[in-house]
Amino acid sequence: MVKELLKGNIAIAEAAVRAGLQAYFGYPITPQTELLEYLSKRMPELGRTFVQAESELGAINMVYGAACTGVRVMSSSSSPGISLMMEGLSYIAGTELPVVLIDVMRGGPGLGNIAPSQQDYNQIVHGGGHGDYYPIVLAPANIQEAIDLTVLAFDLAEKYRSIVIVLLDGSLGQMMEPAELPPMQPLRESYPEWATRGAIGRERRIHTSIYLNPVEQEKTNLRILQRWQEVKKNEVRYKSYFLEDAEYVVIGFGTAGRVALSAVRAARAEGNKVGLLRPVTLAPFPAQQIEALAGSSKGILVVEMNSGQMLDDVMACVKGRTPVHFYGRPGGIVPLPDEVLVEIHRMTEKSGRLNGHPRDQWLERMVQHI
Amino acid sequence: MQTEIIISGFGGQGVLFAGQLLAYAAMEQSLQVTWIPSYGPEMRGGTANCTVIISDEEIGSPVVGSPKVVLALNLPSLDKYEPLVKAGGLLIVNASMVDRAPQRTDIQTVMIPASEIAESLGDKRMANMVMLGALLGNLPILPEEAIAKVLREHTTERMQKLLSANLEALKRGMNYLVEKVK
Repeated sequence: MVKELLKGNIAIAEAAVRAGLQAYFGYPITPQTELLEYLSKRMPELGRTFVQAESELGAINMVYGAACTGVRVMSSSSSPGISLMMEGLSYIAGTELPVVLIDVMRGGPGLGNIAPSQQDYNQIVHGGGHGDYYPIVLAPANIQEAIDLTVLAFDLAEKYRSIVIVLLDGSLGQMMEPAELPPMQPLRESYPEWATRGAIGRERRIHTSIYLNPVEQEKTNLRILQRWQEVKKNEVRYKSYFLEDAEYVVIGFGTAGRVALSAVRAARAEGNKVGLLRPVTLAPFPAQQIEALAGSSKGILVVEMNSGQMLDDVMACVKGRTPVHFYGRPGGIVPLPDEVLVEIHRMTEKSGRLNGHPRDQWLERMVQHI
Repeated sequence: MQTEIIISGFGGQGVLFAGQLLAYAAMEQSLQVTWIPSYGPEMRGGTANCTVIISDEEIGSPVVGSPKVVLALNLPSLDKYEPLVKAGGLLIVNASMVDRAPQRTDIQTVMIPASEIAESLGDKRMANMVMLGALLGNLPILPEEAIAKVLREHTTERMQKLLSANLEALKRGMNYLVEKVK
């Protein structure tokens, strides 16, 4: 295969097609619309199912139904649309079905704007829908990763009968980079033993998220948690840059992570021993790696395109063993490498404990933007 | 080695396409490249811009505060981006569409009547090619043949008849600079 110059939204759509996507249900919303638009042409061309539903609620429930039949199924949306899907996601989780969802985040809360942001971290990583469930969350930082993780999403969804969400911001949806698409996989011919595809001549299989007997519901919850333990053991992924001899560590995912990479390189050029950890799986979270870095580094800087959501997860791993700093640009602003470099300087020049919570400290410095 | 280029102008001046040509040409040369457009709720006739980063290593941020190169195709773009060009960088201005000269003295500036040159070749919409030529002539980050090759490959059938004019526009941009700029 050769590299092509691909736009994020299109690359994800074609990667899903080549991963054997059989049915897509969605509703347009910027900055994700090209994904749906592309599939509206591509899926029928291949004789596969594409439906633009009447709303995100309709779309996610069509996904739910199709998933019961064991087909490879996907939806995509952006922040406000994802919020509308939360009830359906909880039902899918409770029914233990494999589903892939793409969230191309925009600025908010509320209707917000269409600029790039990472505002959905908490909603996506820590549930969003009601109940104890644990979606796998993959966070690409470039177009090649967006392709590779979309393909992986389908495999993980089926392996763990889980929801897998590919979480990226609007700029990744809109930008172009050279990337290589995978070869076209043949569509599946056999279906998992749980799939409901007609019960003639055998016992009926029932998919439900209703367990009126709490004992059965508790069993289900524990089974879901047990499966999650397996995911945590097997599926943690991250990328590290310059960590071998790093005295200070920057942590950021997706676009914030790659912006931080530019700043870390600039800091290295100045002679500062700074490294970068970029989580690729937000769930499962690279907790062990961050715990180890907390023990070996003089400070950690978390960079996000929100007001500090992953920050809480990092702090839970650090457990106060090293000072944690925070820099964020919420609302649809992409931080620039120079801004992150200033924060690296602040971290490396300041020794000892921070005076208060890193988010409070950051907010004090942000008054100029209010 | 990394070069950041912002191309900015009115919607319809072909700034996004010019950026894509650079990106395709960089890819031809086995370089790393990112292309990112402004994609806000733009008005018809409003401004459009894209950022192209070309590098020989993995590209970090796809956006920059101070680009090395700016191609300003109209006055709002000159006003917006002149202050941002990195010291020692390059600012190329479409002189046909502005009423003032750049004021910075710590950067290299090139005033080229791109729209007029394009119009003399048959279509003022080729101003983007003249500007691209001015970039390559002044800062040879990519060979002319690479742009010519991708221009041939990524021009729609309907536009093929304009191909030789576009190639000429590119050349005129390059030559203009050779004459005017040391």
